[in-house]
Amino acid sequence: MWTCKTTWKKLAPLARTCSTLCRQNARRTVLNSDRRLPMVTQAHMSSGTPGSGGDNNLYYLLVGATCIAGGFYAYRTIKGDQERYNERMNEIASRANKVAEQAETYLPEEPRGDEAVETPEETSPEVTAEEPEGPPVELEAEIEEAPVADLALEEVVEMPCAPTQSEPSPVAESPPAETAEPQTTTVTESAADPATDEPTNVPPPAPVEFPSHAPYLLIGGGTASFAAARSIRARDPGARVLIITDEPDLPYMRPPLSKELWFSDDPGVVDTLRFKQWNGKERSIYFQPPSFYVSPQDLEKVENGGVAVLTGKKVVHMDVRGNKVTLSDNTEISYDKCLIATGGVPRNLQVIERAGEEVTKRTTLFRKVEDFKALNKVSRDTKSITIIGGGFLGSELACALGRRSADSDLEVIQMFPEKGNMGKVLPEYLSNWTTAKVRSEGVRVITEALVKGVSFKDGKVEIKLKDGRVVKTDHIVAAVGLEPSVELAKSAGLEVDSDFGGYRVNAELQARSNIWVAGDAACFYDIRLGRRRVEHHDHAVVSGRLAGENMTGANKPYWHQSMFWSDLGPDVGYEAIGIVDSSLPTVGVFAKATAKDTPKAATEKSGTGIRSESETEGTASSTATSSTPAPPPEPQQKDDYGKGVIFYLRDKVVVGIVLWNVFNRMPIARKIIKDGEEHADLNEVAKLFNIHED
Amino acid sequence: MSYCKQEGKDRIIFVTKEDHEAPSNAELIADDPNDPYEDQGLILPSGEINWNCPCLGGMASGPCGTQFKEAFSCFHHSSEEVKGSECVDNFRAMQECMQKYPELYPQEDENQGAASGGSDAPTEDSAPTPTSDLTPTPESAPSSDNTPPTDIQAHS
Repeated sequence: MWTCKTTWKKLAPLARTCSTLCRQNARRTVLNSDRRLPMVTQAHMSSGTPGSGGDNNLYYLLVGATCIAGGFYAYRTIKGDQERYNERMNEIASRANKVAEQAETYLPEEPRGDEAVETPEETSPEVTAEEPEGPPVELEAEIEEAPVADLALEEVVEMPCAPTQSEPSPVAESPPAETAEPQTTTVTESAADPATDEPTNVPPPAPVEFPSHAPYLLIGGGTASFAAARSIRARDPGARVLIITDEPDLPYMRPPLSKELWFSDDPGVVDTLRFKQWNGKERSIYFQPPSFYVSPQDLEKVENGGVAVLTGKKVVHMDVRGNKVTLSDNTEISYDKCLIATGGVPRNLQVIERAGEEVTKRTTLFRKVEDFKALNKVSRDTKSITIIGGGFLGSELACALGRRSADSDLEVIQMFPEKGNMGKVLPEYLSNWTTAKVRSEGVRVITEALVKGVSFKDGKVEIKLKDGRVVKTDHIVAAVGLEPSVELAKSAGLEVDSDFGGYRVNAELQARSNIWVAGDAACFYDIRLGRRRVEHHDHAVVSGRLAGENMTGANKPYWHQSMFWSDLGPDVGYEAIGIVDSSLPTVGVFAKATAKDTPKAATEKSGTGIRSESETEGTASSTATSSTPAPPPEPQQKDDYGKGVIFYLRDKVVVGIVLWNVFNRMPIARKIIKDGEEHADLNEVAKLFNIHED
Repeated sequence: MSYCKQEGKDRIIFVTKEDHEAPSNAELIADDPNDPYEDQGLILPSGEINWNCPCLGGMASGPCGTQFKEAFSCFHHSSEEVKGSECVDNFRAMQECMQKYPELYPQEDENQGAASGGSDAPTEDSAPTPTSDLTPTPESAPSSDNTPPTDIQAHS
C-alpha cells in the first residue's frame, strides 16, 4: 500500500502534465466552439511554425490528433458529469427539510448549470496546478463544484461538502469518497452569499440535547479518552468533561476483545461482554457502568460536574481559532480545552477492497465490539477462517480461534509475509518458536505469504498467493495494521506526521495551545526514545492520563514508559517495554521454564485478575513476593526458550526489553530504559531480573 | 554451564541459576525522589494528596468524588488523637452519596473502606479501574494510608 502511494506520487507530475495538456486543449476547443463541443478542427497554429513543410504537416497532425483526443475526452467527461450533476441535484432537492432553501440556492446556479460544467474547467487547471495529485476521479469532482471563490468561511463544513464545495483545494485533497456524500446546503448557501449571511443560513441546531459548551472536550471515546477524563476529574474539582464518540458504546477496553472474551465459558458473553479472569474474578470490558456518567444535558447543571458521553456522534470540523467543533449533524460545541483521542481504523488490503462485494462482505476488519460479535458468530457458522496478518492482533485471534476449533470442525488458517509470528517484534529464533506454539494451538500457519489476489468462486473465498499457492476459505479477518484517524487535521490546521502517521505533538502531547492528542493517534516526542507513535493499550492509558494532567496545568512531558503484553495461549506470554523492533540487534538471556512460569501461574500467584493489574494499586507483590527458589535447571542441551529477558539495542543503549514468560519485573525494565545507559555486559543487567525465580 | 551463541545480529545466552547467583555489577542511576517528571505516589512531596494516584482507583473522579476528597483530606490532615474523628460528617456525606450508586460502590465494600487503596476493592467493583490504571505506583506508595478509614467506617 505504501508502495502504491509512493508510486502514485511519482506518477503524479506526469499525470498532472497530461491532464493539464488535455484541459488546455479542451478549453481552447470549448471557447472556440462557443458552448458545446463539436469535434475540433486543426485551427490552432495559424502563425505557422518554423521548419520545413513536411515537418509542419507532421506537427499539425500530431497537434490535431492530440486536440481531437483531448476534446473527445473532455466531451465525454462533461456529458457524464452533467448526468451525475443532475442526479446529485435531484437527490439534494428531494431532502424534505431543506427544500425551500435549496430552491433559492440552486436557482442562481441552474441557469449557470450549463455554464457551470464548462467554467469549472477554467478553475480546474488552476486546481490541478495546485494539487500535485490529480487523478481523473478528483477532476470529475471539481467539475461538479459551483466555482464560487469564497474560501474563508469558518462555518463551512468542509469535509463532507465535497460536491458543492466552494473550496477546490480541500476537495481535491479529500478522497473521492467524499464526493459520494451529498451534504447539507449550508455550504451552498454560504457559497452563494459569500461572507455575510452564514450564521443565518445555517439551519438551526438540533433541539438542545447536549451542551453547547464543554470546558473539557474529549473527541473519541476510547481508552485514552477515558483515562484523560479520570485524570481531569481527579485534578480539577467539579470539572465538566464531555466525551464525544462515534461508536454506540460507552468507553471500553480493547484487549479482551481478542483475548479473554474468546476464552469465556459463558454463552451469553456476546451480550454481557463480561469475562472471567483466570483467578475467577469477573469484570466487564466497560471501564465504568452507565451510572458513572452524567447525561449530556445535565452536564452543565450538575453540582459537582462529571463525565458525560455523547455516543453516535462524529466530530467533522474543528475551529481552532474559535475554540469550537462541529458535529456531523451540524451542532456546534465550544470548548476551553480539547483532547483528540480518535484512535484509528483498521487497514485493509487493496486486493480485498477491489475484490468485489462477495469478498468484502466475508471480510472482517477487527477493532470494535461489533466486530467481535460478528466474528464470534462467524466462527460458529463457517467452516474455515483465514487471518491475514502475523502481528499482535492476528496472532492473538488465531490462537483464540484455534482454541475454539478444538471443539468444532472449524479450520483456522493464518498467513503473513514474515517468516514467523510476531516477525517484526521478536528476533527470528523467538519468532520461530512462537510460530510453533501457534501451530500447536491448532492453527495452520502459512509463512512468507504475500496475497496477490482474492476472489469469490464456487461459494468459497479464494486467496491467491504470490508464489502460486491458493487457499480456499469461508471468511477472512484482515489484521494488517491501523490507520490513525486524522480527519480533523485539515480543518483544525494540525500537523500530521509523515513518518509514523497521526497528529504530531510535542513531548507534552500538545498540538496547539488548547489542543492535546493522546492514544493511537498521537505521534509524540519521547524524551528518551525519540519521536514515536505507539498503538498499545497501556500507552493509551498513560498518554491519556498525561494529557488529562496537562490539560489541568501539569505541564509534564511523556516520561513514564508504557508497556505492552501479549499472550499466545496459556503457555506463552510476554511483557515488553520500549522500542521492540526485530530489526534491532538483540541480546537474549534465557533460563529453562518450569511449570510455574506461565501467564496463568503469574496471575494466580499475584492474586490479581488481569496480569496488567498486578502492577497497580500499590500491591506490593511486585518484587517482594517471597517464593521458594526454583530447582536449578539442567544445563541446556537443546534450545528451549522457556523464559528469559531480551534486550533490544540501539547504538549500544537498551531501548527495548521483552520479558519472556517472566512476570512482575516491569519496574526494573522500566528503570533500565529510563537510565538510557550503555551497559558493557548485558548478562549483568539480566541478573537484576532474577529470571530463575518465580 | 551457561553458553552463548550468535544468530546473525542476535545474541543468545543461556544461564543457569548458579551463573546468576552473584549479585549484579550493573550500575543503575539513583532515582531522585523529587523528580517532577515522575509519577508520584499517594502523597506528593508537598504533603498534599495525589488524587490522580492509580491506587485510589476512580474514587476521586467518580460521582462521589467531591465527597470522597473532602472526607479523605479531612482525615489526612487530622491531628486528633483518634485520627479523623472530626471528619465523621464528611464520611457520612460520602457514604450517603455512595449509596446512591450501588453499581459503582457495591454495598458490601462499605466496610472495606471508602478509599479503594487496598488492592482488593477495585477488583471487587464491577467497574474497577485497574486496567485504566496500568501505570504502576512506586513501591513506596503506601497502602497503609488507606486502611485507617476502615476503622473510621466501623466507628461511624
